[in-house]
Amino acid sequence: MSNRTDLLLQTLRKKILILDGAMGTMIQRYQLTEEDFRTPELKDHPKSLKGNNDLLSLSRPDVIAAIHRAYLDVGADIIETNTFSSTTVAQADYGLEHLAYELNLKSAQIAKKEAIVYSERNPSKPRFVAGAIGPTNRTASISPDVNDPGFRAITFDQLAEAYAEQVRGLLDGGADIILVETIFDTLNAKAALFAIQEVFDEKSIPLSPEEGGIPVMISGTITDASGRTLSGQTTEAFLISLSHVPLLSIGLNCALGAKELRPYLKVLSEKAPFHVSAYPNAGLPNEFGKYDQNPEEMAKQVEAFLKEGYINILGGCCGTTPDHIAALAKVSEGYAPRKITFQTEPNLSV
Amino acid sequence: MKNQYPLKLSGLEPLLITPEINFVNIGERTNITGSKKFARLILNGDYEEALDVALEQVRGGAQVLDVCMDEGMLDGESAMVKFLNLIASEPEISRIPIMIDSSKWKIILAGLKCIQGKGIVNSISLKNGEEEFLHQAKTVKKFGAAVVVMAFDEEGQADTYERRIEICKRSYDLLTQKARFNPADIIFDPNIFPVATGMEEHRRNALDFFEATKWIKGNLPGAKISGGVSNVSFSFRGNNPVREAMHASFLYHAIRYGMDMGIVNPTMLEVYDDIDKELLERVEDVFFDRRDDATERLLEFAETVRSKDKKEVASEEWREASVEKRIEHALVKGVIDYIIDDTEEARLKYQSPLKVIEGPLMDGMNVVGDLFGEGKMFLPQVVKSARVMKKAVAYLEPFMPKAGDEGYEASQGKIKKVLLATVKGDVHDIGKNIVGVVLACNSYQIIDLGVMVDAQKIIDEAVRQDVDVIGLSGLITPSLDEMVNVASEMERQGLRLPLLIGGATTSKIHTAVKIDPVYSGSVVHVQDASKSVPIVGESIQESGKERFKEKVKTEYASLRVAHEAKQEAKQLVSFGDAVQNGADLTEFPPVVPQSLGRKTIEFDIAVLRNFIDWTPFFSTWMLSGRYPKILEDKVVGLEAKKLFDEANAMLDRIVSEKWFAAKGVYGIFPVQRKGEDVEVKAERNPSFHFLRQQGKKGRGVPNRSLVDFLSPNQEDYLGAFAVAAGIGMESRLAVFEKAGDDYNAIMLKALADRLAEAAAEYLHQKVRREDWGYASGEKLINEDLIREKYQGIRPAPGYPACPEHSEKVTLFNLLKAGEIGITLTESFAMLPTSAVSGFYFAHPESKYFGLGKIGRDQVADYADRKGISLELAEKYLSPNLAYTPEVKPIEQL
Repeated sequence: MSNRTDLLLQTLRKKILILDGAMGTMIQRYQLTEEDFRTPELKDHPKSLKGNNDLLSLSRPDVIAAIHRAYLDVGADIIETNTFSSTTVAQADYGLEHLAYELNLKSAQIAKKEAIVYSERNPSKPRFVAGAIGPTNRTASISPDVNDPGFRAITFDQLAEAYAEQVRGLLDGGADIILVETIFDTLNAKAALFAIQEVFDEKSIPLSPEEGGIPVMISGTITDASGRTLSGQTTEAFLISLSHVPLLSIGLNCALGAKELRPYLKVLSEKAPFHVSAYPNAGLPNEFGKYDQNPEEMAKQVEAFLKEGYINILGGCCGTTPDHIAALAKVSEGYAPRKITFQTEPNLSV
Repeated sequence: MKNQYPLKLSGLEPLLITPEINFVNIGERTNITGSKKFARLILNGDYEEALDVALEQVRGGAQVLDVCMDEGMLDGESAMVKFLNLIASEPEISRIPIMIDSSKWKIILAGLKCIQGKGIVNSISLKNGEEEFLHQAKTVKKFGAAVVVMAFDEEGQADTYERRIEICKRSYDLLTQKARFNPADIIFDPNIFPVATGMEEHRRNALDFFEATKWIKGNLPGAKISGGVSNVSFSFRGNNPVREAMHASFLYHAIRYGMDMGIVNPTMLEVYDDIDKELLERVEDVFFDRRDDATERLLEFAETVRSKDKKEVASEEWREASVEKRIEHALVKGVIDYIIDDTEEARLKYQSPLKVIEGPLMDGMNVVGDLFGEGKMFLPQVVKSARVMKKAVAYLEPFMPKAGDEGYEASQGKIKKVLLATVKGDVHDIGKNIVGVVLACNSYQIIDLGVMVDAQKIIDEAVRQDVDVIGLSGLITPSLDEMVNVASEMERQGLRLPLLIGGATTSKIHTAVKIDPVYSGSVVHVQDASKSVPIVGESIQESGKERFKEKVKTEYASLRVAHEAKQEAKQLVSFGDAVQNGADLTEFPPVVPQSLGRKTIEFDIAVLRNFIDWTPFFSTWMLSGRYPKILEDKVVGLEAKKLFDEANAMLDRIVSEKWFAAKGVYGIFPVQRKGEDVEVKAERNPSFHFLRQQGKKGRGVPNRSLVDFLSPNQEDYLGAFAVAAGIGMESRLAVFEKAGDDYNAIMLKALADRLAEAAAEYLHQKVRREDWGYASGEKLINEDLIREKYQGIRPAPGYPACPEHSEKVTLFNLLKAGEIGITLTESFAMLPTSAVSGFYFAHPESKYFGLGKIGRDQVADYADRKGISLELAEKYLSPNLAYTPEVKPIEQL
C-alpha cells in the first residue's frame, strides 16, 4: 500500500500527472436504457434507476471498465472511481441506500483492476485509482428554505456517517487515493475530511502521505465569476478551511472552463502548501446545457496556466472526453510541474 | 522575531494573523455571559435581533466573532447550533471567523459542526488532566479549528509568572508532539486578572501577564496570545473614565509584549495618547508594580474623576414624553431603536395589542399620512416610517387573538386588505412595493403576491384571503394585455372587487379603453403611489363606493368616446406612401468597425457609478427635479440630499462588499438592409423587423423608421447589446425583506436599475470609442452623456422607436444573452430585472423618435415579414394600433 503512495509522490516530483475526464459524458455515448441499470436483484425495484450512473458499476461493469480503459489509453495517470454519488445520502433518491458500501467497493475494484493491468504493461508509467467522493445533494451550511435560514436539510453527523461508509468501501476496494471533489459547500467537505480521519484512525492508516498514508485530494467548485463557492467562500478561505489535513493536493473542478478557472488557480498556486490540481469543464455550457469546447481549444486555455507553473495534477470535468484528456496529456508534457515552496508550519525538528 | 508563523482563519473570507497585524479585535457582544442585552434576546428566543447584535459587531470592526451560549436557563447546544446556522445565512456576518466559546465540551462540538470556515475553539485546558486535554485537542484538529488554551491545570488557574509558563509549556508540548497540533493554531490565554484590588498577592497580576506573554512568544514558536482585557479593571466598576484609561494602557503594553488578539469592548476604550497624564502614570504604576502605594494612589485619583458620560447622544428629550407621543415621534422620524420597548409599554397600558395598533400606532401613521399628503414628508421618509410600523406590528403579532379566541372576529373585520401583484410575464416591482408601503402606512393590510403572478392565482388569493381591493402592476407593454386578461377572468369568475391599475406603461386612456369595458366592477388607473391612498379609500368606503364607481365608469366611458373620435380624426398616410417618404440619408458611407462579433464584459461597479443618471433615481422616490439641482431644491432638497447620501453609502458597500455583479454582452455585426427589414450576416441570418411612422407629416418631414439609418444598398453595420446589473443580489434583498426593511430593499433595486442604465451608457461609449471606433476621440462628461451629445443612438425594443417587444428574442439569440444569464420572460421582460438591451446605430444623423400610431396595412405587412399571424402582430402592437382590431372574445391560452 505505502509503496504505491511513494511511487505516486515520486511521479509527482517529475511531471504533471493526468487525471481522467468525465464519466457521465462517456456513459451517455452508450445510450443505455432502464434495463442496463438494473441488476437481477433490482429487477422489481419500484423506482426508475436510469440516470443513477454509479449503479452501472454493479449492473454494467463492462461499460465502466471500458471507459476507464479509454482514459488509460490516452495517458491518464489517475482514474476516478465511478462513485460520485455512492453515498447513502445521494442514493436515497433511488431508494438504494443499502447499496452504498457495495457500490464503492465494486467501483474501486473495477478501476484498480484496469490500473494494475496498465501499470504492469508499462511499469515506467504507473497508474493510480482515486476514490471519488462527491458533495451529495444536500448542503450542510445552506438552508434550502429561504423562509427559514436556520434550517438544514442534513447535519454534519449524517454526512460524516455517510462519507465514512463510502471511504471504507473505497479503501476496501483498493483505491490508492481519496478524492473529495466538486465541493460547493465547505462544511460538507469538512464532514468528509472528518470521516476520512476517523476511518484512517480505525484502520491505523497514517494521515500524512509522506508517512505512507493514503493520499487525500481536495477539489472545490467556484460557481461563477464572483470567485466564490456556492456556500460563499473565497478561494483562499476555502483553502484555509481545509488545510488541517496534510493533503496530497487541493484544486478546483467543474462549473467553469479552464479560462475562467485561471485566476482562482493562481490563488491556490501562490498560497497552497500542497500540490495543486485542476480539472475544468470543457468550457461553459451552451444554451442547451451542452459543452462544446473542443480538445484543442481546451488544451490551449490550459496551457496558459501550465506556462505559469500553477499545476501538479490536470484533468477534465463535465463535457471532457478521451480526446480532451489526450490533448491535455500532450500539452502538459512541455511543462514542469509546480514546485511547492511553501512552508507554513514551523519545523519543530530544527 | 521567531514568531512568524501566521495563524490562518476563515469565515467566507480569509483572516491571516501575521506580525504585521497589530491586534485582532474579537467581538464579544454575542457572548451571553458578557452582554445582558444578548442574554435577554436569546432567552426570549429573539434570534433575529440577536443577529443584529452580531452584525453591529462586524460593522464595528470585529475581526472574529465570539459566540457563547453558556447560561443555566438555556439548552446551550441547540442555541449554539441555531445561532450559528442563522449567522451562516448572513454573509456580512459570516464573512469573519467564529470563536466558539463554551466551558462545555458538548456545546463546542455542536458549534464545530456548524461552521464551514476555520474558527477558534475557546477553550480547552489541562483542568481535567492530560487524557481529556489530548482527546479534545485531537478532535478540534479533526474539525480544522484553532484553539484557545487556558493557563489552567489539575491544580487550578495559573496566577504567577512561573505557573503561567509552566502550564503553557506543558500544554504546548502535548499539543504539538502528542496531538500533532499545528503550533500556529495554538492560542494561549494566560489569564488577565484584576489589578489594584488591595490584596498583596495581586500586585504583580498585570506584570506577570506581560512577562508570561513575552516568554511564550519567545519560547513556544507559533503560539499566539489572547485574553479578556476588561477583567483587569474589575475593581473600578462604575468608574468608566478610569476603566477606559486602564484598558487602553493595558492593551498598549500587552501588544508590545506580544499579545495578538483579545476581547475588548471598543466603547470602553480611551485613546492611549488622550489619557490624562497623571491618571496614566498612576495606572502604569499599578500595572508595573512600581510603587508600594500604587493602588492607593490610583484609588485616590479615581475618586476625583467624575464619570462623565461620553455617549450623550444628540437630543433625546423626546424620550421623556408620553408613550403615545414617543410612538408618534418614532414613526414620523423613522427612529427604530426604541419602538419595541415603547410598543410593549403601550401594550401593557392598553391591555390589548389591537388597541395599540388602532390607537397610538395608527394615530402616528395618520400623522405620517397627513404630512405626506401635505407634501411635508417625502417618500423616503415614509418608507422609513413604514419600517418602524412593521416592526411594531410584528412585535404585537404573537399577542393578537387567534382564530377561535374572543375578539378574533372583530380584529379581522376592521383592517381592510389590499392584494397587490405584478402580472404574469413581468418582473418589475419597485413601484408596486412603494404603493404597498404607502398603503400600509395608511392602515391597510397588504397582501403582496410578488411578481409574475398569473390571473388565477390573483383571483384565488383574493377569494381565499377575502381582500377588499386588487391592485395590478406592470412596467412593460405586454403587461397591458395581461391586465386585460386578469380583468376579464375576474369578470368571468364573478368577482366584483375594485381593481386598481398602475405601473409605468399603464395609462388612464388604456385603462378606460381596454380594461374598464371588460369588467363590471370598478376599475381605476392610479397615476402614482401618492394617489393610491385616496383612490383605495373611495373605492371601498361603504357609504360612497357605489357613487365613486359610477363616477369613474362615467368618466372612462366619455374618455372612450373621445378616443374613438380622435381615432377617426387622426390622419394616417398609407404604408406605401410612408415608405416613399422615408428619411434619405444615403450620403454617409458606413464606418467599418474596429472589431466585429460577440463579446462579453464584466463591469466594474466602482466605475459604473460615475455613469449614473440620478434624475430618474429621484423620480423613483417621487422626488421630482433634475439632478444635481434637486439637491438644492427649496422643497425637497433636504430629503433629496439625504437620500442621495444614503444611496452613495449603499453604493460604497455594493462596491466594497461585492453585493452584486454587472455583466454585458454586445457585438457589432455586418448587416444588409432589405426594405423595412435588416438581415444580419451571422449564423442563420436572423432579421430584425422595423416599423415606420405612418402619421401624416408636413412638407420635408420624413416618416421615420430605424432602417433609414442604415445604408439601403451596400453592407452596413448594426450593433446589439444586453447588459444587466444586480446579478446575485437576491440574498442581500432577502435579508432586507426579511427584516421588513422596505427602504433598503427599494433602494437596492433602484440602484441596480440605475447601474444597469449606467452600464448601457458606459458600454455605448466604449463601443463608440473602441469597438466601432467611429468616435475614438470622444471626450464627454457624464452630463453630456445623459444629454446624448454623442453620435449614434441605442434604441431598445419595446421603446418608442421600435415598440415591438418580441424583437428582443431575435436580439437575445444573436447575442446569446442567455449564456451570461440574461433571459426573457414569456412577455419579453428581461431577467434579471435590472437590465437594458438594444441596438447601436452609428449614423451621424440617427436620432430617437416615436413610432406613433400605425395602420392595418403596415401591421399586415409586418406580420408577413415576421412570419406571424395578423392577430399576434396586432396583439404585440396593440398600444400602437390606429384602429380597433376585429373584436374577438378576450380569451387567451
